[in-house]
Amino acid sequence: MAETRQFCTFTLADQYFGLEVLKVQEIMRYQEMTRVPLAHTVVCGLINLRGQIVTVIDLRKRLDMPNRPADLEPVNVVVHTDDGAVSLLVDEIGDVLQLDEISFERPPETLRGTARELITGTYKLEDRLLLILDPERTVSLPTGNREFAHQAI
Amino acid sequence: MNEVIREFLLETHENLAQLDSDLITLEDDPTERETLARVFRTLHSIKGTAGFVGLAKLESVAHAAESLLSRLRAGDFRFNRAIASALLGVVDAVRQILGSIESNGDEGTGDYHATIVKLERLRAAGGVDEVEPSGTVSSQSTVRAAAPKSNLSTISPPPAATNLSTIGAPSQFAGKPVNATIERHKLDEAPLTEVAEPRTSTVADSTIRVDVGLLDKLMNLVGEMVIARNQVMQYSSTLEDNSFIGTVQRLNLLTTELQVNVMKTRMQPIGNVWSKFPRVVRDLSIACGKKVRYVMEGQETELDKTIIEAIRDPLTHMVRNAVDHGIEKPDIRVRNGKPPEGKLHLHAFHEGGKVIIEIIDDGGGIDPQRVRSKAISSKLITVEESSRMTDRELINLVFLPGFSTTDKVTNFSGRGVGMDVVRTNIEKIGGTVEIDSRLGHGTQVKLKIPLTLAIIPALTITSGGDRYAIPQVSLLELLRLEGEQIANRIEQIHGFPVYRLRGNLLPLVYLNEQLRIDAPRHAPGEVNIVVLQADDRQFGLVVDAIHDTEEIVVKPLQKHLKGIDVFAGATIMGDGRVALILDILGVAQRANVVSATRGRALADKTTVSVGEAVAERYSLLLFTTVGGGRMAVPLSMVARLEEFPAYLIERAGPRSVVQYRGAILHLIDVSKELRRLAKPPSRNGNGTRRKIASVTSVSNDSGTEGTTAMQVVVYAGAEGQVGLIVESILDIVEDEIAVQSQANRPGVLYTAIVHGRVTEFLDIEKLIQSTNLSIGPRAESALV
Repeated sequence: MAETRQFCTFTLADQYFGLEVLKVQEIMRYQEMTRVPLAHTVVCGLINLRGQIVTVIDLRKRLDMPNRPADLEPVNVVVHTDDGAVSLLVDEIGDVLQLDEISFERPPETLRGTARELITGTYKLEDRLLLILDPERTVSLPTGNREFAHQAI
Repeated sequence: MNEVIREFLLETHENLAQLDSDLITLEDDPTERETLARVFRTLHSIKGTAGFVGLAKLESVAHAAESLLSRLRAGDFRFNRAIASALLGVVDAVRQILGSIESNGDEGTGDYHATIVKLERLRAAGGVDEVEPSGTVSSQSTVRAAAPKSNLSTISPPPAATNLSTIGAPSQFAGKPVNATIERHKLDEAPLTEVAEPRTSTVADSTIRVDVGLLDKLMNLVGEMVIARNQVMQYSSTLEDNSFIGTVQRLNLLTTELQVNVMKTRMQPIGNVWSKFPRVVRDLSIACGKKVRYVMEGQETELDKTIIEAIRDPLTHMVRNAVDHGIEKPDIRVRNGKPPEGKLHLHAFHEGGKVIIEIIDDGGGIDPQRVRSKAISSKLITVEESSRMTDRELINLVFLPGFSTTDKVTNFSGRGVGMDVVRTNIEKIGGTVEIDSRLGHGTQVKLKIPLTLAIIPALTITSGGDRYAIPQVSLLELLRLEGEQIANRIEQIHGFPVYRLRGNLLPLVYLNEQLRIDAPRHAPGEVNIVVLQADDRQFGLVVDAIHDTEEIVVKPLQKHLKGIDVFAGATIMGDGRVALILDILGVAQRANVVSATRGRALADKTTVSVGEAVAERYSLLLFTTVGGGRMAVPLSMVARLEEFPAYLIERAGPRSVVQYRGAILHLIDVSKELRRLAKPPSRNGNGTRRKIASVTSVSNDSGTEGTTAMQVVVYAGAEGQVGLIVESILDIVEDEIAVQSQANRPGVLYTAIVHGRVTEFLDIEKLIQSTNLSIGPRAESALV
């Protein structure tokens, strides 16, 4: 009997990502956010989640990907952390997949930059590659000295 | 751990603090019978329970202490310092054992044999410790009359009192008869009945112990209720149903009262933190060879529990600082005409929605020059910068990280991490720290802390299309300018906006700009200004619109946003949306309105590049003096700009003054003073300086009538306000100070290029000093 793990999956610009299901608190549709001036660019704002104030991080920005097209309404993936819940903004939600541990592979050498920091490994699926994200690192601010003035949404 | 032991631990912990305090009281006044009895009872009780639950070490230590105490109670000898030290050692031992029980479940590996032996020796030798000289005891030759205390048996209810019998026989001690009426307890019976007696006072019976976690939960729930209440009130305002509105009002009142009362449960008197200080002060002063008297005032002042926890360490540090570095050794003090015993005064009180805590010592004070040289040698500031600083600013350099003026680092407090960490911790909870010091006289540290963190009244404003909340505690007033007023009242000088508010210069800060929001400075045709106070400085925050005041629940920001200095937290508004709460001190610092944080700005710069030339922009007031010079003073020192017709100037002795805002303002004619300083002092026969008549008298050189308007710069110095008469006020500018040369004449600090013109920087302190000198020898400043 093989060991399996469950992942919550989602897409960002045609790339397929997964997060351990145990770390995901809930999925929420897009909500209007309160923007935070002077925050890091990856922070797009704050939302009210049943009385809890949750920071929202744009995963595209976090992964240094190009901005989302304006007509695409993103989805909130709310993640557990020690500091309270943090939400990640993604393009589209996929299924919950149950995968064999044995198929987990190290990230490809071609992966560079931020992606290299955040992706812990991959699964080869039938039609595409699933990139597994490190939950703690992904919801944290990028390390390094970049400090951007907040850009208007 | 079983229930009995848990209860025992809790109760004993509570008693230990009281024990510390009682033992020190007894050391000062050995005749305190009630205190001695209480100490005995506590140790007896510890011994009893320890034996019962099988804590052998604890039992034996407590037993040795109890035996010593029973002889003290019997009057065989008196309490003295050696006994106090030994018993305080027992308290420490008990703490240690309790700590070990809590963490490991056993009594630990400590060996208390030495302590027990010492106690037994003291008991046998009648309070004399062979190691320590007995001088301390025999010096107490005056015996307080025990007469009032002998009424104890009638006043206090404990059953042990019925066993008291008054004996006239004095006890012997080392040949010195102690002449007092002593009550002797019947040793065998008294202890048993005393254990059965109810604990101390009736106040203890009407209280109940509650787990702090439970209180936190209650607080959170109340917070959520406040949010829900706000939402309900918002909806109800849109409905017409009267009975519903009535019900909502009732809900509103109940919620408010519930909130107030739950907050009260978390309030604790600050005395809880202070209670361990007598011991700290005693131990530290003995170790340093100093004598310190510790005075507490306002220990019943209440604070929220979380705040108390946050200030515990900073306060301890400052108390240690005062004893270790502040107060001098007795011989030095006497040499300087002070009493050999130093005084450390802790004072707490409520004021203006905040709790003020003052730590005042009458020690040697902080020497600004030593601070300056230490800061320069530690490369924390440059020589240039330091020459521009007032004494007050120099003293505040102690807040820089890595600072410490002690030459030798003691074990106690001089590690150089102190005041910086203290200030960070205090500011983290929204408070401020100030230091004031007079060389030779002492130092005062003042903490200002908000009363509570969780639910606060706040003003809602809009800026750049978003809503923000401003805590009401910082709010002074609201202003609205329309149409022409905008052009008239806001003086836009070189892009540095200032508003004249009843004669005061109010720096303006545009929130949109501070938040780097891309939006116009303000809506056309109207300007909304929120007048705020941050750390003793006032400024006007320009916003797009001002809304209501309401109570909001402060929620902390998560780690991604914690570092942004302009935001103190976030809240959920009545409509369910999130709004950010502004940190007014942070906004003021960011806008460079609060000049006291130049220390902070300097500290930031040092982490980037040490010793690099700092190109900072300063706000300067430019003016001219008769004889053509362009001069400048930092705007931060200027309280006001005024104009007086010459006939208002009156003479008070040799000085010129005006009546100004209900007080007397002394005037200095800058032009004249500079001229006078430039002349070498003329001496008469015995070498003293000849008083130049009318040195501070003000007269218009051209001899015109008294209606000529005198331009006066009101300078706010450490000792009070002074009016500096200048020829004409030019401008307020912001520029870097590119220092060209050091002072070339007295009264001038240095020369620099400001806005492309050569400008002299006035040495105001020198001018003030020199006008004092010319009046005659006087210890303190003659200024108001």
